[in-house]
Parts: sequence; C-alpha cells; structure tokens
Amino acid sequence: MIKVASVNLPVDEELTIKKERIVPINSTGKEKRISIVTGTHGDELEGQYVCYELNRRIKKNIECLKGIVDIYPALNPLGIDSITRGIPAFDLDMNRIFPGSENGIMADYLAHKIVEDIKGSALCVDIHASNIFLMEIPQIRINEITKEELVPLAKMMNVDFVWVHCAATVLESTLAYSLNDVGTPTLVVEMGVGMRITKNYGDQLVDGILNTMKEMGMWTGEVNSVREPIISYDEDFEVNFINASSAGVFIPATKHWVNLNKGDHVGDIVDPLTGEVLDEIHSPCSGILFTLREYPVCDEGSLIARILERDEKI
Amino acid sequence: MKKTVLYEMKNLYRDNMRVTGYEFGCGEKSVCVVGSTRGNEIQQLYTCGLLVKTLKRIEKAGLINENKSIIVIPSINSSSMNIEKRFWPTDNTDINRMFPGYNLGETTQRIAGGVFEKINDYEYGIQFASFFMPGKFLPHVRMMMTENTDIEDAKKFGLQYIVKRTPRPFDTTTLNYNWQMWGTKAFSIYTHETENLDESSAMTGVYAVLNFLSQSGIINYSTHRGYNSSIIDADELYDLQTPVAGIFHPLCSVGDSVSKGQLLSKIIDPYEGKVLAEIKAPEYGNVFFMNNKQLVYANQILFKLTDDYTIIRKAENSEQQ
Repeated sequence: MIKVASVNLPVDEELTIKKERIVPINSTGKEKRISIVTGTHGDELEGQYVCYELNRRIKKNIECLKGIVDIYPALNPLGIDSITRGIPAFDLDMNRIFPGSENGIMADYLAHKIVEDIKGSALCVDIHASNIFLMEIPQIRINEITKEELVPLAKMMNVDFVWVHCAATVLESTLAYSLNDVGTPTLVVEMGVGMRITKNYGDQLVDGILNTMKEMGMWTGEVNSVREPIISYDEDFEVNFINASSAGVFIPATKHWVNLNKGDHVGDIVDPLTGEVLDEIHSPCSGILFTLREYPVCDEGSLIARILERDEKI
Repeated sequence: MKKTVLYEMKNLYRDNMRVTGYEFGCGEKSVCVVGSTRGNEIQQLYTCGLLVKTLKRIEKAGLINENKSIIVIPSINSSSMNIEKRFWPTDNTDINRMFPGYNLGETTQRIAGGVFEKINDYEYGIQFASFFMPGKFLPHVRMMMTENTDIEDAKKFGLQYIVKRTPRPFDTTTLNYNWQMWGTKAFSIYTHETENLDESSAMTGVYAVLNFLSQSGIINYSTHRGYNSSIIDADELYDLQTPVAGIFHPLCSVGDSVSKGQLLSKIIDPYEGKVLAEIKAPEYGNVFFMNNKQLVYANQILFKLTDDYTIIRKAENSEQQ
C-alpha cells in the first residue's frame, strides 16, 4: 500500500488516500502505467468490485504483467465510510473541486495530491456508478473535446455504450477533465447503480481493462473477447430523456437495456394513496433503453429513463 | 403589495412547494430580490421578510417612484427549509447550481427554470447568498466579474466592502451568473450569518437594499446610512489557515481591526487541552471572515483578513526594486 495523501483529522484519526501498486517481475520502473480510480462519490460502490477483481486476476498471473498498475479504490474514504456522496463535513461534491490546490482547504489539497499522483499515467480509468436513483448499462462518457484520443481507447474497454457528449463548463472541475487537460488520457466509466455491486458488470469491465492493457502492451495474459460498443455522438444520435411528469411511485414495465419501439410501455407512476395511475409512460422513440430508474419514489422531473434513439434492432 | 405564487410543484405526500413573490409598485421591472435558495439559509429568509415588511410601509407611504416595480422572493426552496436540509430533499442537488434551469429537466432544474423565467428580465437582481465555507462575514456586496458587471452600481448599497471575483467553472450555473448572462445586473449580499439569526446584520442587509433602491431612483426614501465602499478583489483577502486539525478557539470577532502579530486564535488538542498552534495576524487589517465551526481540519481557512497596507507595501516593494 502506498499513501497518496494524508491529513490529520481533528480527533485522533489520520485520513489517508491509499493506492496499491502492482509492478511486473523484474520491473525497471520505466514501464507504462495504468491508473484505476474510484470512490470519488461515497455512495458509488461498483468500482470496489472492479478494484478487487483486477487486483486478484493480475496478482494471480503476475508473470503476464508488463506495465505498472496503480489501483485507487477510495478517493473519498470518509464518504464511503459514511454512505455520503460528497465529502462529509464539507458538503462538497469531490468531483467538482479538481485540480485542487496544494495550499487550499483539505478537500482542495487532497484533490491536488490525487491529480499529481495520477498525472503521467498512460491511461486512467475513473469508475463511477450512477447514483442510487438510476441503473446504467456499462458505458464510457467522453467530452467531445477529447474524442479523437479517447474513443479508440474506449472501444477496447468492453463497455456496451460510448456516449460522446457536448462540453459543459461546469464539468471542467472534474477529475477526468483535469487529467485530460494535463495530457493524461482519462476514461469515465458509468455503470450499475449506487450503493450496490452488480457483479456481472464488474467482471465485464475487468475484462475490458485487461484487454486494453494488452492492446497497450502492458499485459500478455489471456483475455476474453470484448464487445463492440454502440458509439453515440450527440450530433448524430439523439438521447431521449424521460422525466416524471408528476410526483409518485415509479413501477417499471420493462427491463433495462432492451430495445423499445416507439409507444412501448416503460412503466407507470402511481399514487399508492388513491390507487391512481398518475402517468403512464411510453417510449417517445424507438431505441435502446440504457438508463432506467431504480429508486421508486420520484418527484416531478425525476429522471425515469434515457433512450438512445436508433432505427435498427441490436 | 401583490402576493403571487411564481412557481408551484406538486409532491406525493407533502404539501405543494410554492415559490412566492411579493411585488411592490408597478410598471418597469426594476429590481428582483431573492432570499434562500438552500434549506439552511435562515438569515437570508429572515432578511427578506424584514425587507417585505419595510417595503409594505414604503409603498403605503407612496414612496415608490412611478413606473418602477420591485419583487421580493423570500425563498425558492421551502421544501428543504422545512426539513432542515441544505439541498433538495430527495436527490441532494443544489437549486443554486441549476440555473438557468430547464422546464423539461430534472426536479431542481425545473424549479430553477420555472423561477428564472419569471425573474430574468429585471434590470437588477439581488441575492442574499451564503458561502460554501461555514462562517461569519462582514456584510458586503459580492460581484462576479463579467462583461455585464458595473462597480458603480454596487456602490449604491453603501456597504463597507465590495468584493470582486472571477467566476470559476462551477459558478456558471448559479443564479447570479445567469442573471448577468441574461442582461440583469446582479449582486450577491452577504450578512453575518446563515443558519442562525443576526438581527443587526439582517437590518444592515435591509438598509443596503433600501440604499440601492433609493440611489437607483426606484424609491424616494433616504436611509442616511451607508459607507463609501472599499473595493477589494477576493484574491486580495488574506487567508489565514490552520496548519493542524483540532478545536478552534477564537480570540477575536468578525469586524475587529487587528494589528500585526496579534493572536487571533488557538488550536487546541482535543484530548490533552494543550495548544497545538497559535494563529497570528500577519499584517494590520480587518477580520472579514471567520470560521464558525468548532472542529477544524488542517489547512482549513479560519480567517480572511482585509490587508489595509497592501498599497503601502506594494509601493515599498517597488522602491526597493
């Protein structure tokens, strides 16, 4: 275990951000480095299994490792411990404070140390897990300004979907933006749902990471074949958002990651008090349902589903 | 006075959330004042309530000028206030990070969008705001510098300080920033408190708005209170951080003038009671901001001081060079 950063908390506790470094046998120290990071949001746990499984598979076949692997399972240890999305006590979203600053407050200082530590990696994979409200198919999200470099890497990662989205100023404070900005290619993975582990998604992503490492010359072991992702560019494909038209309890009528035809029944928002169906939700287009609401209670406006509009069936 | 529900959102089991505006005068949309956008902004809510009470009297006395209208919105987030939660009850999002909003988007985007479409065409926008770091401020006007910023207008509040700052990426979704993008001249006013009430600085906030309305020719009423404001850049405030974590024991108050070397606070070891660090003023100045949390983390900003000797020191340095 290596300490990336540590600070003393007020009452007899040291807060430490840890990483595990796995090096090849007979390492020169000059090999390419891949960084796997997760746990920026304390309620997103899908990356925990990925870190464990990647660690396990690499260490089991260490002779196949030709690069350096740094695994950061908890960028926000206090958040993970207390089931808090942000940084407890600071009420801050950690993924809005990068690149941080060395002399800033604790959160800024930690962000700075994290960026400094990851900087220089040949690739960084930043694993997120949606939130407690939504189930996401394994996907990589790429800011359009970095698509030339990142889309080829994303294709190796065994995800189902790559979403190249428009630039947004507010996203310039994220870890991925900050690292890409200093020349460290960083892929943002979104998959599963908050506060849970979806093991098959984790296995899928570990296959993808090992495949990518093999393509980059960092792994010589066997890898499972990877899937070809659907790649969506905002300018070419339309992502349709379905938001709740009223507050209520959402009862899904479809499974996640299925093809829908325009008009298919997605689910109902119901009122348990009166037994009424408040909103019968139908698909506004034909396409693939890649996001589906997991948490039943919704307000007006709560996101219910995202559908990638397309003509043909997968 | 006209009381209007500007936006209303239904809830499953709770009462509807209503965003209520109090309109004074009629005609040209002159000034919009917004209070709490977050559930813990009690002082901001209270200050707006006092302002509504005062404007009622001013209107009744016929002191609002012709073709001028003012709207005061005490809160746009009563749902969070009623359960003592800072951000939105279900998804913990911040309405003041959702502007300009989107009427077909997620819940807080809809609230922001629904309110913003009613208030984006005022000449001036004033928000009683709170800072992301918990603490007490000297009352001041804070301005994000964009092409639509006018310092001369900020002087009309008559507050002791005007603080200028450059917007950062996360500021681009705030009410203040979006007002400016839509052509409204926007100001944020900070008083002493957020979660607790401070009567004196709440009244300072009310008088600041009345000064502004008077100086802008919107009301015919002079408060005879106010300063010739000092303009400072947020980056020029001197941050005093604690080198260690522990219990914060302050030895001064917000607004105090402090001298070089003066002991401002001690950081105490929570188990053994010994002094871990002494925080001293590096220069002469005023305590502009003071942390109000008892447990502090290493590197935490405890004080922000105005550095009253900046100009002299810059001149001295240039002479030495």
